[in-house]
Amino acid sequence: MSTYWQNYFKKNGLALGLFMLLAVLIWTLVMIILPQLYMMDFSFRANVPPPQWGSETHVYTLEHYRYLIYGNVNSTDAINYIDLGVFGRTILASIFVTLIDVCLCYPVAYYLAHVAKGGWGRLMVMSLIIPFWVNELLRAFAFKVMFGTGGVINDVLIALGILDQPYDFIRENTALYSGLVYAYILLMIFPIYNAVESLDKNQIEAARDMGSPWWRIHWRVVIPHAKPGITSGCTMVFMLTAGALAAPQILGGPSSLWFTQLVYKWFNNSANWARGSAYALVLLILCIVFVLLMMRFFKVKLGEIAK
Amino acid sequence: MSADVKLEDVWIRFGEFVAAREVNIHIQEGEFFSFLGPSGCGKTTLLRAVSGFLSPSEGKVLIGGNDMAGIGPNKRPTALIFQNLALFPLMKVWENIAFALEVKGVGKAERRKRADELLELIALPDQGDKMVNELSGGQKQRVAIARALAAEPDVLLLDEPLSALDLKLRQHMRTELRAIQQRVGITFIYITHDQGEALTMSDHVAVMSQGVIEQVSDGNTIYDSPESSFVASFVGENNHFAGTVTHVDGDFVVVDTPSGSIRARNIEREGQKQLQSGDEAMVFIRPESLQFCDNQSFDNTLNAVVERQEFEGNFWHVFLDVEGSSRTVSLSMVNDGSSVVHDVGTSAKIGCNAPLAVALPAGSLAAE
Amino acid sequence: MISDRIRQFFVLFFVIGFFIYLFGPLIIMGLTAFNTSAFPRVTPWECFTVEWFEVLANDKRLLEGLRNSFLIGFGVVCFAVPLGLAGALMLMQVKDRVRPWYYTVVISPILVPGVVLGISTLLFWDRVGLMFGASRDSIFYNGFFLTIVGQSTFIAAYTMLVFISRLQRFDPAQEEAALDLGATHVQSFRKVLLPFLKPAIASATVLAFLASFENYNTTVFTSIGTSVLTTVLASKVRYGIDPSISALAVSIVVLTIFGAAMHEVFKRREEAEAKQAGLVAAGLQEKKKVQRQWFVDPAVIIILLVFIAGLGTAFFAGTMGVDECKVAVKEQKQAATKKRVEALQKRNQEREAAEKAAAEAKRLERSQRTGTENFNTIFSNENLKPQPGKKADTPRTGTENFSGIFDSGNLQQQAGQEDEAPTGTENFQGIFSSDNLQQQSGQEQPETEDANQ
Repeated sequence: MSTYWQNYFKKNGLALGLFMLLAVLIWTLVMIILPQLYMMDFSFRANVPPPQWGSETHVYTLEHYRYLIYGNVNSTDAINYIDLGVFGRTILASIFVTLIDVCLCYPVAYYLAHVAKGGWGRLMVMSLIIPFWVNELLRAFAFKVMFGTGGVINDVLIALGILDQPYDFIRENTALYSGLVYAYILLMIFPIYNAVESLDKNQIEAARDMGSPWWRIHWRVVIPHAKPGITSGCTMVFMLTAGALAAPQILGGPSSLWFTQLVYKWFNNSANWARGSAYALVLLILCIVFVLLMMRFFKVKLGEIAK
Repeated sequence: MSADVKLEDVWIRFGEFVAAREVNIHIQEGEFFSFLGPSGCGKTTLLRAVSGFLSPSEGKVLIGGNDMAGIGPNKRPTALIFQNLALFPLMKVWENIAFALEVKGVGKAERRKRADELLELIALPDQGDKMVNELSGGQKQRVAIARALAAEPDVLLLDEPLSALDLKLRQHMRTELRAIQQRVGITFIYITHDQGEALTMSDHVAVMSQGVIEQVSDGNTIYDSPESSFVASFVGENNHFAGTVTHVDGDFVVVDTPSGSIRARNIEREGQKQLQSGDEAMVFIRPESLQFCDNQSFDNTLNAVVERQEFEGNFWHVFLDVEGSSRTVSLSMVNDGSSVVHDVGTSAKIGCNAPLAVALPAGSLAAE
Repeated sequence: MISDRIRQFFVLFFVIGFFIYLFGPLIIMGLTAFNTSAFPRVTPWECFTVEWFEVLANDKRLLEGLRNSFLIGFGVVCFAVPLGLAGALMLMQVKDRVRPWYYTVVISPILVPGVVLGISTLLFWDRVGLMFGASRDSIFYNGFFLTIVGQSTFIAAYTMLVFISRLQRFDPAQEEAALDLGATHVQSFRKVLLPFLKPAIASATVLAFLASFENYNTTVFTSIGTSVLTTVLASKVRYGIDPSISALAVSIVVLTIFGAAMHEVFKRREEAEAKQAGLVAAGLQEKKKVQRQWFVDPAVIIILLVFIAGLGTAFFAGTMGVDECKVAVKEQKQAATKKRVEALQKRNQEREAAEKAAAEAKRLERSQRTGTENFNTIFSNENLKPQPGKKADTPRTGTENFSGIFDSGNLQQQAGQEDEAPTGTENFQGIFSSDNLQQQSGQEQPETEDANQ
């Protein structure tokens, strides 16, 4: 080990070697690992006012997790329907959003990679980055403008005579789901596009030459090749959707909450940081489990997911 | 300035793997010294130990008599020319050359002047303002040499610098390198797996195999009197016959092989005759040392059948199936008009005289 | 073959639809910034104006948020770029056994939800502050510091990925060559590695700044009291929307597109360089200069032209004829209003009898419902009475309210206000200041309370 460090400093010199070591230590330990561990510890502590943190009244407790599962002590319900319901709905809706994104992006990615040619194709790919760089809040705002009762969609539908009353898209969560699908769609399309683009066109030609119908070409040739890209896209979209805060806050209907909003509520409105941490930890674990599942089922490495 | 380089009992280990084993070499100042060996034999590792990029696990590296332990590559009086040259692509040619001066804090005008002198030396005047990538392979090569020389090293280390060039250019650069070395007069240590390069340019050659120095001598000796079976089989073409020594006779031994007894020179190593009666031995005979007997008589004769012939203009290469040997034996003769062509399939006697045959203790051979 | 044609047509249709989906909302949002309508909308189109940009320019809170976001972005660049660089350099030389673990750790912030990062940063530094017995106004409780640290945690991972892809093409022999020629480690870093990394540094800087500038999930927790662009924006968007937000969106979109285009240019230039390096190495092609390539990049040119043209039109159109148009629209509106008021009064009279009869029953039923459905009655007389004891300054509103604006007597008041300056938000906040609105958009609770009063 000591020879390793000797070689390390020999290779990098003292100044640079120390800088790198220090920077990496600060980053990994002080910024990544310790805060997460501390949050975990904090989530198992009683909710006491800040001055008492670290004192003996700041005892370990499972109260916050119990609350998530069973609800208030005085509650007569068997389980905490509201919060667990929000949790379940967040997962299901995130999966739903992810699936929609795959279905939308795959044909477009394929089209851009193999059908659109030359300058137009390049321009289209370039133009994809524009919405990607527009602030998440503004994207949600755009949807609010579109879907509002006085928004374009309602006006158009009324003008066409399809509706006679403005339809409340916000309330029905249509706006929320469209906004979420929209929010991270580019994290789906770029990995798929990159994967599909690297497919040798001759393979498609060969398959077609052997008389394979178009759907089989996709099923047997293109999709298997694009699998790492699809997996990466799905993971990123799911995680970001489940962890989204802006879109649900702006587009969410009155009766529907997103799990992150609960976390936010415990922190900001209820000033119960410990419970907020517990909820955040549950969200974190959900994401870790999801990544592990994706890695296991689709046999991809972490490096391929986070590109 | 020039300096000698001494490696004393140098061992280099990477975990379990031994890259250099008990290396003892003294490279005289001002000489052109080559390390020759197949890839992976540890020669580059030794060079990196000399240049300071790694420290030997045991032993000492002395340059100009000074122990180099603990001295980094930037403090050593050596300059290395990398296998891929490692020119700085973002700098102009002259900036590349003057880099060593730049880091010493020499002023710009002075740097430019020195760079121009060196460009003159490597016969690339007026190319200083080009970018490195605008040069051809051979030109880059010379720039790399100039860049290294600008550091005014006592020892110049070259790590297979010609391997990326095509054959013609390579042959040309050999002469040029040798000429530059004689002009600047500093010690050159050259690493190569190409025996042609090693033999043509060097004052001395060290042949290496699996971390061990097999032999250190001038090119002639390496070729004519290899000290180990590895050297014999690695340097130049060689036919070999395995057998047992039946008796020792002065400088010669007689080896009994399945193809018959062969009388051959008993090569010394470190002043010792290597073979005793009863030892397992290998006899090496170079293709150009073998001849068809026809009407002459030789110390050793072998019965053979002609298998195949190749004509190469100045040479005939004949491949024969020798009685008692499973290996094809090759024979070359100069196309001087006197050579007799034997048809494929005919049997013939071939022979060679004892001083041209070399007997060595049985050992590992170079992979073919 | 015919089915092929149909399929191709279908795919094309799909792709066009996709792009409409992608750009439609942004374009519509952009357009709303130029409509005089006090609510961000394109239909009906009233007058072309740039006054929302003026409103924006006078919004103190927003400007402060913008300034803070710039400072934080700058801080994140200074912090995350070196961290990412060190992380990438370290990755190149950790032992093979350690590398997967190390990589997992440094890449994890990208995959961890931003909310979690924000919370853990907040808690952790609070704890550190406590350990040192630091006071509440020390650095550990400073929104700037926390936000920079929290954002850098994952932005450093982004920049690291940028550096890794560049470093993979770096020939370590070059560093050795520099050392061998007598350079110190620092000299070799500065003169050899850093120039090589320059495009990656530029690209990482843009990336880090943009990522910081538009981050919300982490910032919302770490900013504490500091107002940052995204948090200001979020509260604006949540509680009351007016076209000045669209105007802000347009400005930000233009800026980010400019930044993104720069980023893309750096990336593409580098890719072209890499490709060419490959070709040169393979001896297929002599090296050409790839610099200045982005001037000729059609995509960049088009993007820039479109925006210059757009801004130009906006400016010229904004300075001409807005007032005339507004007057016309107002007259139109007033006429329409008058008509509707008359119609309403008539209808009200007709209805009155029936309503009285069903009043009690209706009220009960209404009280079960939640906000949105009550629009038509919000402005009914009972509700419009002043309701003391309630906060009147919380500016909350939403799309929902607009269908009810023009109901009953409320209209007179509104028209009167419109005669003054159309300064957007403030006006509307005034209109909706009664407690109705608060209830209405405090959407979670049923409106029982209100109805019972």
